[in-house]
Amino acid sequence: MTKNYSGLDVSSAKIEKLWSGREDFQRIPELAINPLGDRIINAFFPEGEDQVNFRGFMRTLAHFRPIEDNEKSKDVNGPEPLNSRSNKLHFAFRLYDLDKDDKISRDELLQVLRMMVGVNISDEQLGSIADRTIQEADQDGDSAISFTEFVKVLEKVDVEQKMSIRFLH
Amino acid sequence: MEGAELAGKILSTWLTLVLGFILLPSVFGVSLGISEIYMKILVKTLEWATIRIEKGAPKESTLKNSASVGIIQRDESPMEKGLSGLRGRDFELSDVFYFSKKGLEAIVEDEVTQRFSSEELVSWNLLTRTNVNFHYISLRLTMVWVLGVIVRYCVLLPLRVTLAFIGISLLVIGTTLVGQLPDSSLKNWLSELVHLTCCRICVRALSGTIHYHNKQHRPQKGGICVANHTSPIDVLILTTDGCYAMVGQVHGGLMGIIQRAMVKACPHVWFERSEMKDRHLVTKRLKEHIADKKKLPILIFPEGTCINNTSVMMFKKGSFEIGGTIHPVAIKYNPQFGDAFWNSSKYNMVSYLLRMMTSWAIVCDVWYMPPMTREDGEDAVQFANRVKSAIATQGGLTELPWDGGLKRAKVKDTFKEEQQKNYSKMIAGNGSLN
Repeated sequence: MTKNYSGLDVSSAKIEKLWSGREDFQRIPELAINPLGDRIINAFFPEGEDQVNFRGFMRTLAHFRPIEDNEKSKDVNGPEPLNSRSNKLHFAFRLYDLDKDDKISRDELLQVLRMMVGVNISDEQLGSIADRTIQEADQDGDSAISFTEFVKVLEKVDVEQKMSIRFLH
Repeated sequence: MEGAELAGKILSTWLTLVLGFILLPSVFGVSLGISEIYMKILVKTLEWATIRIEKGAPKESTLKNSASVGIIQRDESPMEKGLSGLRGRDFELSDVFYFSKKGLEAIVEDEVTQRFSSEELVSWNLLTRTNVNFHYISLRLTMVWVLGVIVRYCVLLPLRVTLAFIGISLLVIGTTLVGQLPDSSLKNWLSELVHLTCCRICVRALSGTIHYHNKQHRPQKGGICVANHTSPIDVLILTTDGCYAMVGQVHGGLMGIIQRAMVKACPHVWFERSEMKDRHLVTKRLKEHIADKKKLPILIFPEGTCINNTSVMMFKKGSFEIGGTIHPVAIKYNPQFGDAFWNSSKYNMVSYLLRMMTSWAIVCDVWYMPPMTREDGEDAVQFANRVKSAIATQGGLTELPWDGGLKRAKVKDTFKEEQQKNYSKMIAGNGSLN
């Protein structure tokens, strides 16, 4: 994986030195003002751990590689690459699904909505937005959004463009 | 006996040489051209080294232009475009994509924290400290590097330390002596002479090569000089070409001695730590200073902290509320010869000065700019931003709206709240939902 990120070789030494705990991420101003900043930081830390090493960091970052990079290294028998469309969607799904039960409940949806709008929208309004969203997505009637339903709702979205970061060389 | 005599002889020859070649010319502001020759040799050596590195490096790891372009292609489109948003569109599950992508971009390469560490060089300049990514290339290059280390640590360092020592002692003694005189134009002239001489000696202690541009715009008496801040050496660089009144906190130790001595010879504005918190008091004293047209121009660094000389960060509005004429000055260091940025969280003052004295040289450009005053209908913040843009354009630096204080403090929540507000406006529409 490292050789596909020759641009990141430059920073890898810095990353190892600078980052290991959550406070290091929170020190980045542009991340601190991001409404979903805390959730994004969580994505880097595996179950219950408070440190991330370079490998873990790169694994998370790998989700954002452009999909077309896979054309060059087609490995039919290998595991699905981290930046496939499905895995990108999974990354986004995990931003919502805090308790990792593979379902986005109404509460979890409300939590993320609240993070994104701050204090500017009332509880009732937010609640109706959440209800409408679940209604549109829910197909098996359990008032929650499973991963399959999530994928179905987003099938027309250009995931590649919205969830890819291009590295310059 | 013989050993001591020999040592004594060497020391006295050494001192005479220093006196003759460096100290005396400093008094008269004359240059003997020794540093120019040194710089020419240095430039040729570094060019040779760059060519060797480029020849030897494997194709993938050449970092052409990496310093300026950045690692990732950033999507600078505003929130509306990023969310494919027209006003009044509804929330969609894919909205998190926008924020997570922005967040990841910030993690990989953010505009702010990179300014608080030294600039990365495009090609190695034969100093170990800048050798972050460069691998072993050839024996010859390593030999040159070893030679460089010997020259820097064994030849240049003792010379520079001697000069610095002489420079500072002369400053303290000189200003104290001049301070004994009664106020008169002779005193002012002498004080200027002492200041200039000692600054020139100190600049030579760093092998500084400074190019001053547009000297006709040099700050005048009764004005305020503002400049971008990279290191404490900025002060030295500016005072070598003119006398300024310094503004700052009273320190203890060596700095305190220097401060007390300097203020005897000509009026500087030193504040006690407690007084610095009282903004009205500070503004009042500075106003009084510039009202007196006979007093030297005040030197202020509105960023409030050292930035790494690739960008100019937010100018604090306090300096721009005093009134008077602002004389902007842009200072740009050439990082190839030595990194002048003081990373105060990493190095204390002494280790910083040692690093300075073991670099090749300090090369910088100073641009004096035409004076600016606050226009009608412009408030202090807008004026500060106008001056900041002018300095950034002149020095070829990027302009950032972020506060340099982010080096130590967390960013204010108001920025996050602004983003939340923007997003809410988008999904709630124009009050269409109730």
